[in-house]
Amino acid sequence: MELRRDVFQAIADPTRRAIIALVAFQAMTPSAIAEQFDSSRQTISKHIQILTECELLKQEQSGREILYHFNPKKMKEIADFIEPFRELWDDRFNKLEAMMKKYKPKK
Amino acid sequence: MERKTKVNAQEGKHDITITREFELPVELLFKAHVEPELFEEWMSHEYGKTKVLKFDTKKHGSWLFHTTDASGNVVFQANGTIHDFVENRKITRTFEMDNTPFDVQLEFLEFEALTEDTSKLTMHVIYRSVELRDQHLKMPFEWGMNLAHNRLQEIVTKLKLQP
Repeated sequence: MELRRDVFQAIADPTRRAIIALVAFQAMTPSAIAEQFDSSRQTISKHIQILTECELLKQEQSGREILYHFNPKKMKEIADFIEPFRELWDDRFNKLEAMMKKYKPKK
Repeated sequence: MERKTKVNAQEGKHDITITREFELPVELLFKAHVEPELFEEWMSHEYGKTKVLKFDTKKHGSWLFHTTDASGNVVFQANGTIHDFVENRKITRTFEMDNTPFDVQLEFLEFEALTEDTSKLTMHVIYRSVELRDQHLKMPFEWGMNLAHNRLQEIVTKLKLQP
């Protein structure tokens, strides 16, 4: 079964978060990224693939090499992802407040 | 006075804090959390009606509620137990959604009087893992999508029934 790749899955992993932090600082080749970690190149390359699939990283051809860039637009999406949850509670609490302002004790 | 609901969720952590200030005396804010009819009202919305099945609001008590759609189908059910209960001050409870992959979460609700007529609620919610927390935070999206899917399903079913 093909795993669904999304931004939230991507940042759940500490190695992937470390890769984002590295690449956010400067665009890097896959081997330069892999050198920063103890894990095997294959493992790091899998992580890079996941980050690219969910658009947190962008590829750019530079001569014979591929450079990976960080995509800040996608990160903004993560910052925004709690907004619907916040609105859900805000709606509930607005309702609670309006309701209790009109509240008259029975008896 | 800050009347906006705030959600504090730090990256990589497995808890969140929801805070909100109300133009209500703390007694009324608390009442809305413990009286079944009141709770049902503010937890219902246009596409789902909340019904309390059990609301034993005391230490070692338990609770159960569900939400039904317009046709009366149960679309959401949640339950939990109450661990600590201090009138107008504090409710410590667990919260578990039935038939979902989410594990139980621990909730600390603190009620605070700011003035005679204003109050503050602080909800500290602890999840089993960072992943579960993030999935739960995303749920309004997915829930909305499921509702849209259900509506689509309804339309398609109706179309099929037509000769």
